Amino acid sequence: MAAPEQRRIIFRHIDEPGYTNDLACYQRNGGYEVLRKAVLRKPEELIDEVKKSGLRGRGGAGFPCGVKWSLLDRKSGKPIYLVVNADESEPGTFKDRYIIYKDPHQLIEGIMITCFANKVERTYIYIRGEFPDGATILEKAIAEARAANLVGPNILGSGYGCEIYVHRGAGAYICGEETGLIESLEGKRPYPRIKPPYFPAVLGLYQCPTIVNNVETLCHVKHIADMGGDAYAKIGTPGNTGTRILCVSGHVQRPGYYEFEVGRVTLGQLLNEVCGGPLPGRTFKAVIPGGSSAKILKFGERFKGKRKVGAEMVDYDWGLEDVPMDFDSLGMIGTMGGSGGVIVMDDSVSMVEALGNINAFYSHESCGQCTPCREGSLWMKKITGRMVHGEARPEDGALLKSVADQIAGRTICAFGEACAWPTQSFIAKFGEEFKGYAEAKKKPRGDGVPELV
Amino acid sequence: MIQPASPDLVTVNIDGREVSVPRGTNVIEAARRVDVDVPFYCYHPKLTVVGNCRMCLVEMGMPAVDPATKAPIMDPATGKQRINWIPRPTIACATNVSPGLHIRTTTQMVKECREGVMEFLLINHPLDCPICDQAGECKLQEQATGYGRGYSRFIEDKNVKPKRTLLGPRVMLDDERCILCSRCVRFSKEIAKDDVLGFTDRGSYSTLACYPGKKLENNYSLNTVDICPVGALTSTDFRFKMRVWFLKQTNSIDTESSAGANTVVWSREGVIYRITPRQNDGVNDTWMADSGRVLYKQVRDAGRLVSARVNGAESAPDFAVTAAAALLAAGGVAVVGSGRSSVEEQFLAAKLARATKAATWLVSRVGQGDGLLVSADRNPNVRGALVTGLIAGLPSPALDELGRAIDAGTVKTVVSLGEDLVAAGITEAQLAKVAVIYLGTHADATSAAARIVIPTLTVFEKHGTLVNQQFRIQRFAKAVPGATGATDDLLILARLVSAAGGPNLGADVGSLWPSIASEVPALATMSYGDIPDTGLLLDATPWAGLAFAEGPGLHHKPGAPAPKEAPRG
Repeated sequence: MAAPEQRRIIFRHIDEPGYTNDLACYQRNGGYEVLRKAVLRKPEELIDEVKKSGLRGRGGAGFPCGVKWSLLDRKSGKPIYLVVNADESEPGTFKDRYIIYKDPHQLIEGIMITCFANKVERTYIYIRGEFPDGATILEKAIAEARAANLVGPNILGSGYGCEIYVHRGAGAYICGEETGLIESLEGKRPYPRIKPPYFPAVLGLYQCPTIVNNVETLCHVKHIADMGGDAYAKIGTPGNTGTRILCVSGHVQRPGYYEFEVGRVTLGQLLNEVCGGPLPGRTFKAVIPGGSSAKILKFGERFKGKRKVGAEMVDYDWGLEDVPMDFDSLGMIGTMGGSGGVIVMDDSVSMVEALGNINAFYSHESCGQCTPCREGSLWMKKITGRMVHGEARPEDGALLKSVADQIAGRTICAFGEACAWPTQSFIAKFGEEFKGYAEAKKKPRGDGVPELV
Repeated sequence: MIQPASPDLVTVNIDGREVSVPRGTNVIEAARRVDVDVPFYCYHPKLTVVGNCRMCLVEMGMPAVDPATKAPIMDPATGKQRINWIPRPTIACATNVSPGLHIRTTTQMVKECREGVMEFLLINHPLDCPICDQAGECKLQEQATGYGRGYSRFIEDKNVKPKRTLLGPRVMLDDERCILCSRCVRFSKEIAKDDVLGFTDRGSYSTLACYPGKKLENNYSLNTVDICPVGALTSTDFRFKMRVWFLKQTNSIDTESSAGANTVVWSREGVIYRITPRQNDGVNDTWMADSGRVLYKQVRDAGRLVSARVNGAESAPDFAVTAAAALLAAGGVAVVGSGRSSVEEQFLAAKLARATKAATWLVSRVGQGDGLLVSADRNPNVRGALVTGLIAGLPSPALDELGRAIDAGTVKTVVSLGEDLVAAGITEAQLAKVAVIYLGTHADATSAAARIVIPTLTVFEKHGTLVNQQFRIQRFAKAVPGATGATDDLLILARLVSAAGGPNLGADVGSLWPSIASEVPALATMSYGDIPDTGLLLDATPWAGLAFAEGPGLHHKPGAPAPKEAPRG
């Protein structure tokens, strides 16, 4: 089956020749028209549209956006904050970056509609420290929008006002975890908070109810407000509505970003047709479908089971290439859609070395607050580092798995899973390679592929 | 269905045993009540909960109810309500009880969680227990033994961190031993209100340090050493001095102010090595000031009085007492009592004053309170002097009136109970006009000028009670034997009372207390042995009108009625 065409909603103008990131260009292309209409509607209606749209968060967890908003404590009398998570740090992910750099006003319009719907009067965009230009672009865009009375007090004469502030991170992955982000925004070390009781919807920024949404998610809100929740829900597949930006990196002919209706494209179509297949003379070996913390998949795997289609349960029997790229299907086969970062590895890759690379990242980024992640992530790095650079033992694979098993599910935040899942899945799928690594290492590598670690 | 015992209580099930606990109790404390040990490092009952050590992971479940009807779902096998167990472990420290909550601490999952956390905590820990001061009172040692696997799978290099960082004048940090529980950080911020500690770097390389340009030098810094679950923070005064398992623990009271923090005195073979706080939730929680921890040094101080003297010549104590009795019999006596004396000593001092028809004074020591556990009144027992009737009102700042009486010639003999009259406002010239009988522990200007000197005991060498700013009577006990040449204050006072024609009274707390209970209204019906370790609040209404010096402090609001005591079982 041929791959479907891309459907670019968020990335509609990204590669358009002559499209610039200033307000004039955005408005020439119909920008802020949705906001103009939105402020004439009742806020509750807009929330309903988002609920009806079935929009799921694009940051990684895929939590329904409308549900997240409905959990807000609106009775406390405290101000409600919107915090935009622009700390896009998951290895393999580069979608929010393009939105911010190429089309910042789309994000600002999405923010303003979200704030109007939720009666938010103050928004912070937390942007990762490695995007200095992005921060400048956003600040310029906000200034333009403020000058045009689209941001700030009494926007468009509606009587409603909202300020947007850009806050730069200092280069820490953990600041993408929403409560870690909030701590960082408050000026503290980004130690994720314990939940309960510190759910952002109730006790978020400055202990006030807070919405934390991803950049891409907020852009979708603009389009939902435009076309209506019901129309949006028809895009994609039931339960996995809308479009999704897939960032493909690694060993394919045409890596890059692609926007598809969620669930309409399979992994095989994406890699073989859209991305042009493996590099010449190579074959695909493994793929991580949702950012480096998602569990790795092995080419040649088959997945069987029952899944819900409409109201019915139907059998499925998929090869890896047949798996639709949506939250639920990827969840069913034991991994996750995550942040949409698809990392492809071909047969030139040593899985031990690839895991060594991932472990090095997670041990470097563990905040150090809670014991299992702090100690376990570094231990795993030390083991894989020793295997690659020193002496590898046949039992190291089993030890790695055991260490990872002691982390997942026992930590304050999801970083525990993020750092344990790669090791668990690498060992589960490529355990033999870890066992035989000591021997394999002695043989010269014919292809001159540089070492990863 | 589980019925709560009362509206304020919540019934939970821990390892199959039901227990009713107050609302708001967390699972660690609830489990404690049924003798179920939930191990932890970062949790501290007096600090905020952060849940970072993950040692207290337990299995949690709630009784199953039908989502639609809210009717309980029964388990046909047991006939009881089914429990929905959460598949992931939960931290007990941050989980407060709720009706019907079920907790399991003995399952395989919990066992594996504890083994995992123990292993993680130990892989980068130096395991230098043989040279570590914490050995013997180390949570890491205890819980590794109780909940660890007993062997290590770690063959990599351990992290290297600073081994000797002086955080402040009294606290030394070994970063390699630190398990990053953040108790010290939270204590500094939340209790001492001196936010100087934090972590630098991240992940397993996280390192405890003072903020740039700051030092951990507040008067509560040593509490961080007490609450450090490992040997990372040690006291510069105590480290390398003595193994804790050799030390005897004696309950005592911090005598530096009227706050009356409860303490433990740690000694071996007559030598005191350290003082640490003892938990009293009505007085000092689990804290005490650093300044109170060095008071033991007075015991072996070079200025200690070690022999009785009469007219400058060394003498046997018996002879000194006889000589003192002769002076007292001559009349014109004044008694300068002390707010540092015990209730028992003050009772006898009042008796002595009555027998000799003497006027009584008390030396005032009012300073600045710190709002926590060092109160403005640096006398630990002014209220004891009021209760026993030694004085009728609060002492005036200086002994001017006594000075005028000396100048007028109406006072010829002054009994000083360890007080330096010169420091209290009596001039050298006035002192030269009177015969002083000095009962005290250390040499000062008054003892040097005294006609009769009888060395007595420090608070660490005797038994007794003190009444703190809350009008709470608290016991202290003898930690070490009295210094050679010193005699128990009670013995000397009892003999002087008797010699001055007063009644024959007991010369130790046990035999004296029946007299105290029968004669002192505020202490009626009490007995020394029945005073609980956490003290007993007295009825303070007779002194409600007095303008006491203390400002607000931990568990103390000036002028407020005494806090209600929980009934004791």
